[in-house]
Amino acid sequence: MTDTSNWLAACRVEDAVENGGVCVKNGEEQIALFYFKRRNEWFATQNECPHRKQMALSRGMIGSTTDEPKVACPFHKKTFSLHTGECLSGDECAIKTYPVKIDNGIVYIGKSPK
Amino acid sequence: MKKTQIIVIGNGMVGYKFCEKLKSKSESFNLIVFGEECRRAYDRVHLSEYFNGKTAEDLSLSTATWYEEQNITLFLSNPITKIDRDFKMVYAADGLSYSYDYLVFATGSAAFVPTIPGVEKDGVFVYRTIEDLELISEFAKKAKTGAVIGGGLLGLEAAKALIDLGIEQTHIIEFAPRLMPRQIDVAGSEMLKSKLADLGLKIHLNKNTTSIVGDGKIAAMQFSDDTNLEVDMLVISAGIKPRDELAKACGIEVGQRGGILVNEKMQTSDPSVFAIGECALYDGMIYGLIAPGYEMAEVLAANLCEGDKEFTGFDMSTKLKLIGIDVASFGDNFIDEPDCRTIIFENKHKGIYSRINVSNDGQYLLGGILIGDATAYNMLLQTVNNKIVLPENPEELIFGSRSGGESDGAGITSLPDSALICSCEGVSKGDICSAVTDQNCENLDDIKKCTKAGTGCGGCIPMVKDLMVHTFKSQGKYVKNVICEHFNYSRQELFDLIHIHELKSYDEVLNEFGKNDGCEVCKPLVASLLASLWNEMILKKGNDVAQDSNDRFLANIQKGGSYSVVPRVPGGEITPDKLIIIGEVAKKYNLYTKITGGQRIDMFGAHLNDLPIIWEELIAAGFESGHAYGKGLRTVKSCVGSTWCRFGLHDSVSYAIRIEERYRGIRAPHKFKSAVSGCIRECAEAQSKDFGIIATEKGWNLYVCGNGGSKPQHALLLATDLDSETCIKYIDRFLMFYIRTADPLTRTATWLNKMEGGIDYLRNVVINDSLGMAEQWEQEIENLISSYKCEWKEAVENPAIRKRFSHFVNAPEEKDPTIEFVDMRGQKRVAEWKTSNQI
Ligand code: SRM
Ligand SMILES: Cc1cc2nc3c(=O)[nH]c(=O)nc-3n(C[C@H](O)[C@H](O)[C@H](O)COP(=O)(O)OP(=O)(O)OC[C@H]3O[C@@H](n4cnc5c(N)ncnc54)[C@H](O)[C@@H]3O)c2cc1C
Ligand code: SF4
Ligand code: FES
Repeated sequence: MTDTSNWLAACRVEDAVENGGVCVKNGEEQIALFYFKRRNEWFATQNECPHRKQMALSRGMIGSTTDEPKVACPFHKKTFSLHTGECLSGDECAIKTYPVKIDNGIVYIGKSPK
Repeated sequence: MKKTQIIVIGNGMVGYKFCEKLKSKSESFNLIVFGEECRRAYDRVHLSEYFNGKTAEDLSLSTATWYEEQNITLFLSNPITKIDRDFKMVYAADGLSYSYDYLVFATGSAAFVPTIPGVEKDGVFVYRTIEDLELISEFAKKAKTGAVIGGGLLGLEAAKALIDLGIEQTHIIEFAPRLMPRQIDVAGSEMLKSKLADLGLKIHLNKNTTSIVGDGKIAAMQFSDDTNLEVDMLVISAGIKPRDELAKACGIEVGQRGGILVNEKMQTSDPSVFAIGECALYDGMIYGLIAPGYEMAEVLAANLCEGDKEFTGFDMSTKLKLIGIDVASFGDNFIDEPDCRTIIFENKHKGIYSRINVSNDGQYLLGGILIGDATAYNMLLQTVNNKIVLPENPEELIFGSRSGGESDGAGITSLPDSALICSCEGVSKGDICSAVTDQNCENLDDIKKCTKAGTGCGGCIPMVKDLMVHTFKSQGKYVKNVICEHFNYSRQELFDLIHIHELKSYDEVLNEFGKNDGCEVCKPLVASLLASLWNEMILKKGNDVAQDSNDRFLANIQKGGSYSVVPRVPGGEITPDKLIIIGEVAKKYNLYTKITGGQRIDMFGAHLNDLPIIWEELIAAGFESGHAYGKGLRTVKSCVGSTWCRFGLHDSVSYAIRIEERYRGIRAPHKFKSAVSGCIRECAEAQSKDFGIIATEKGWNLYVCGNGGSKPQHALLLATDLDSETCIKYIDRFLMFYIRTADPLTRTATWLNKMEGGIDYLRNVVINDSLGMAEQWEQEIENLISSYKCEWKEAVENPAIRKRFSHFVNAPEEKDPTIEFVDMRGQKRVAEWKTSNQI
């Protein structure tokens, strides 16, 4: 059993979008959850793009550059590393990233950032 | 307060650059410039282009009014003749004198003319000023044979110029045993020699000219080996001689072999007197190139403005500018074993010789020589200058280059932002990239204007282009040739591959032809190809996540994260009932409404969650998707035409509706638009569309490749007086040709601009079927047309797709609470961007 004081039960695996993102509500907060099926990896980041403070990252396209998994904001295509949250388009801003784990068909997101 | 007075002697390239730099840094100086030549400073580096039709004004470095605007006093044809350093005065040829606080020598150099008996004869020239070139071209009209003394960089340029002037027999006389002795080695010289011979030049090495004979006018050259050569004219290009005569006369220290001695602050032996450019001697060296001259100008300008810059020598790498012959040398070009490891590649058949000198530990590139193919020059130079660690097999640097190592931009990513790309203007990689990202430069000219990169010798232009394309790519903007790091194909190649292999999803395409995980560049591109080819529902087969947000949610995302709803209104014709429906839907879901520039109605401010229900209602009332979000057909505008208008020749509205319904939903490299006007008054603005149709007495005129937007361009007439069926047939072919061959995100106008042969070629393809593709294209477009379905209808009817239209996966009923609207003129509008703190 997963301890729900530290982990948020976000959704079932089949509710997540393969090779894309969904947005998860955690109280006042919005978290973008990505199921990178090609790499068989899960990532979670803040949903807000720091560029223009838009709640948009979950609607962005994911992909990789060299081997770094990334998401591109749908608004102005700034890209962010899904691993570290670092902005890959050369801007001085980063996004928060959260741990993700799967337990019994449920996707859990860590309540505090990595 | 009295301004500090600076007098500049010489209005050449470096003198001009100094004025420009000083003025851009400070207003607290009085600048007076004396020029000996009769023209404002001009581009000496590209002097030879004077023979290819450039005028003196084209070569000029500034506009006629520039000096006045900058408050600089400029005297032309008025050289300084004397300097009195005790009283800090200069005397000009016109007899007047001026006092200075600081004096700057920018007197350049003159051609060095060896003391050969007979050099004063008619028909002997030097190659330095526009006047020299005027004299040469006048004289060449009567000459059949010519010679150039000097087989260096300038000599070769002069020899090529003589050939271009129609002198069939042109000889190059070089004293040394090889050509370009400062730049290339013996093996390279041999290769170059055979290339120049192909151009028709006769090369004589190891030749020492002893006299020039003739009666008042040159007739022949006499050599030390007792041979001679009959010539009608001669250009001497045996090196340069710094113009230090004035400095010497007033007691300023000069070098033994010429040149005004300066320190790293460009200061001469007199602390208030400076020298820059080709007249300055720094550390035993005269720098006969423009880039170091500009750097000296920068150092001096900065120091006069209380900066602290030093000149510490300069890289002498160069590239020859002759068309058709690549010659370049960079870094330490002559260093030899055992001080380094030398790798040489030679292909006599193709006339290629490349040499690179690698440090003994194999880590760094020290320098090299390239003949026959210098495409790798810029990258190799950067590798030297930035001490980039070499790959395991450094020979790839020269072998790889032949398969376009530079043109695909590989390698530029590894350069640090500080890497100097344009050394003439001191522009770094970072400057160029930010011109693209922050100042929205969209082409080379914009970048030149913005940063000045590439405006000096022009040698860095290929690299500037690569950086530009590279930066575009990383912005997901416009990708040339290779799509991105995941696909090593052009759009057109990938189109054919997907077609032949009948692939239907992004993942299949990536598995077959790509690598890694894809990105925001290749995903929408492949998705668009799939749509253009098969016209299947774009959100199926996992292709939804390969789409831009607009396509993925079948609506344009707006500031704040809400979406717009644009139903199709074919030809702009709409019934009152349908107008009422739009009004009711907009009211019910609290949407802002506006008539668009495309003759339809846009409803803004819909929550993601509301999109399916809004569309369900619209579809029930007979509307369909307007594809305002996709790269496909937008609108076909119409004017009211012959049904109502007293001038109308045909029913433009019916024809517009027919056309809009024919091509709706078809995906293309970019959006495309159309319009139909009922007569030549052109109320539908058909000539600004990708294809536009105008009624004539006898039928329709078809115009193609027009564009509004930021670079408006009128459409061109493709065919006249067509009947309705033929007109549609031509549009079918035109569209398929465009869909198959245009680069990603290229509108038809830009596509045509890049097409070799232009509109005539296009006309031949479309009307005369010169490619033999017409039948296939007509079939293909028929398939697309018959497979059309309204995407929104499919989306609302498919529960799996519909489910995606919710903001929170764990609270599907809740809308995004962060979207804010404010009131304006009785409707809502979106709140301003929340200011960002980071960028
Ligand atoms: C809504 C509308 C403005 C309006 O309120 O009137 C509009 C809105 C947008 N235009 Fe436009 N354009 C609109 C008519 C036009 C016109 C006029 C026309 O079609 O007659 C033009 C000039 C004609 C032309 O395209 O040649 C026009 C030239 C552009 C361009 C420049 C295209 C170019 O090739 O230079 C862009 C940028 C792009 O597509 O990359 C653009 C892009 C956009 C985008 C999609 C920007 C974006 O990515 O968000 C705007 C979307 C707003 C939205 O969410 O719906 N819009 N846009 C018009 C919608 C027409 C329609 O019913 O579909
Ligand atoms: C044909 C040609 C091709 C070249 N190609 C290249 C190339 O590809 N790459 C490259 O880097 N460089 C090239 N150069 C060299 C480049 O042009 C020079 O390095 C540059 O022009 C030097 O600038 P400067 O201002 O020091 O001298 P200049 O441009 O010669 O200007 C000096 C000016 O001072 C004037 N002057 C002299 N004495 C006085 C006086 N007493 N009073 C008033 N005015 C005076 C002169 O008349 C002249 O106008 C080329 C040169 C030539 C001629
Ligand atoms: S002109 Fe610019 S601001 Fe206006 S709708 Fe078009 S894209 Fe938007
Ligand atoms: S808001 Fe995300 S890139 Fe601009």
